[in-house]
Amino acid sequence: MLELRRPPLNQIRLIEADGSAVSDTQHEAPPVAELLAAYRSMVTGRRLNEQANALVRQGQLAVYPSSYGQEACQVAAAAVLRPGDWLFPTYRDTVAVAERGVDPIEVLTLLRGDWHCGYDPTVHHVAPQATPLATQLPHAVGVGHAARLRGEDTVVMALCGDGATSEGDFHEALNFAAVFAAPVVFLVQNNKYAISVPLSQQCVAPSLADKGIGYGVPAVRVDGNDYAALAAVLHEAVARAAAGDGPTLVEADTYRVEAHTNADDATRYRTADEVEHWRTRDPLLRLRAYLRNAGALDDEREAEFAEAAEAVATHVRVGLSAQQPADPDELFAHVYAGMTPQLTAQAALLTEENAR
Amino acid sequence: MTVQKMTMAGAINAALSDAMESDDTVVVFGEDVGQLGGVFRVTDGLTRKFGRQRCFDTPLAESGIVGMAIGMAMNGIRPVVEMQFDAFAYPAFEQVTSHLAKMANRTRGRVRLPVVIRVPYAGGIGGVEHHSDSSEAYFAHTPGLTVVAPATNQDAYGLLRQAITHPDPVIFLEPKKQYFAKDEVDIDQPVPPIGRAVVRRAGKDATVITYGPSLPTVLAAAEQATQDLCVVDLRSLVPFDDETVMAAVRATGRAVVVAEASGFASVAGEIAARIGEQCFHHLEAPVRRVTGFDIPYPPPKLEHHHLPSIDRILDTVDALQWDLG
Repeated sequence: MLELRRPPLNQIRLIEADGSAVSDTQHEAPPVAELLAAYRSMVTGRRLNEQANALVRQGQLAVYPSSYGQEACQVAAAAVLRPGDWLFPTYRDTVAVAERGVDPIEVLTLLRGDWHCGYDPTVHHVAPQATPLATQLPHAVGVGHAARLRGEDTVVMALCGDGATSEGDFHEALNFAAVFAAPVVFLVQNNKYAISVPLSQQCVAPSLADKGIGYGVPAVRVDGNDYAALAAVLHEAVARAAAGDGPTLVEADTYRVEAHTNADDATRYRTADEVEHWRTRDPLLRLRAYLRNAGALDDEREAEFAEAAEAVATHVRVGLSAQQPADPDELFAHVYAGMTPQLTAQAALLTEENAR
Repeated sequence: MTVQKMTMAGAINAALSDAMESDDTVVVFGEDVGQLGGVFRVTDGLTRKFGRQRCFDTPLAESGIVGMAIGMAMNGIRPVVEMQFDAFAYPAFEQVTSHLAKMANRTRGRVRLPVVIRVPYAGGIGGVEHHSDSSEAYFAHTPGLTVVAPATNQDAYGLLRQAITHPDPVIFLEPKKQYFAKDEVDIDQPVPPIGRAVVRRAGKDATVITYGPSLPTVLAAAEQATQDLCVVDLRSLVPFDDETVMAAVRATGRAVVVAEASGFASVAGEIAARIGEQCFHHLEAPVRRVTGFDIPYPPPKLEHHHLPSIDRILDTVDALQWDLG
């Protein structure tokens, strides 16, 4: 049980950057089988990030906010959830959404420009990816509170980045979640940059986890590139929420290895040395080394994982190039449950123009 | 027959209570709506009757209130939330415009948000700054929102019952200066659906189109006018009932639009434009508007200069080129 006190500044870590195990009496690394499955997902997630970047260069996607380097957070956020739980992702969380079971083609529909959200949020309990910062967090509280009113033990995983912690909705959501003891896990992926603005100009609190204390929300810092630590902490937070013990704020210390999007030039605001330093802390390399040390991962298994990742990449390439934008008629179809007379007239005008 | 004399606040309270009675997914929340029963007592007794899970106070944060309502609606609840005053709804603007209004379209109709946001709005109560705004244009301009503006106690009851069962988000604008005006309400008498205007007074010379807090002023003006005025009460701003409005304007050939909100880029301006587009060949005079001035809402002792008055309405009707007819 987490006590409500100022979060310790040290991060929870179970695997060092070189893959060696850290002894921690309070947190236990998940079983090797779970870590192996996570590694497989992270390999696929990395491939998805690379593939999506390539698709931008080829003009298939308008833009792609990559989570390269944050794959441990991406996979853990989805993997710790149970079937009825909800995920509230942001635009950078494509890999998490795919890990939750949504077809990556449907996830990328937004960035291909075919529709604002390509998947049905009710199927996998994944909210549309939020483009404005932090606005999805009060929604997550609402979903959780509604579940509690019905006596369900649904848990909501709400994602945001370090920049979003400056937005008012982040604070309102934390406070509401605390007051209503809503079953929400707030996972802040502190990737150090809000586009170009570094964390030091975003916030001068000792940590982002410190923001929990003012709202009475237990908060922890975790090494966001250590899958084992993330999973341990998030499993615990999910269990707390499901038991009715309310929200947890988790700050995951990670790094946005690539630029904000392909339209951004990260060399204008950070050094290559800094990026190189973080590449040595890569979440995939770390988990791979750990699993190799544990004798759970060999060349054959790795080849198998790479092949599975490649199959997803191929699926995305083929599927996206086959996807067509929605019919222009659909622009009017969903604004209201029924067509208004005005929208009916405007739809007819567009149909007539398109028939010329 | 269940005709009762009740205030508009009482009619809205009865609508909330009856809706909560008939559907246990209807949940009411906001600032001071629980124990206190709302600053206007509109939610009086609901917590006592339905418990704290069904009617409760929230922390004082409007964006959080609307954001939480969105999430609850995503998960099977029908939230009815209160913004304490018109101008206090502005912190929720992003949640309303970027999410509440767009979620159904964003998700191709897979996620619909049956949320009602009740907004006590407009002036005439001697309120200090931020308590008297007519904020309807912000909402009416946003595709995806249904905007309802009852002017009578009967409509306040009937339209709110409809709003709560409506599949889409509804901004429910309550003319707060009429909260304590008593009138007969028959809660078993259905009212026309959201999206339909009604003719409140038949007349053959000119048509006055209005809604919400201006209706009583317009009806009083019509009684004093030398011309025979037709009065249309819009009831809903979105969807807009072109059919009823245009038929009434074509029948008289003259039109005045009356609303409290500042006139520039307003709902009144939109109505005037629509009449111009759809009734041009029936018009004997330019469409005129009587609106609030294009100024921030005045302090209480000056607000009577700003609000559409009987005299200003009559002067405007008088100016509709009667000598050219």
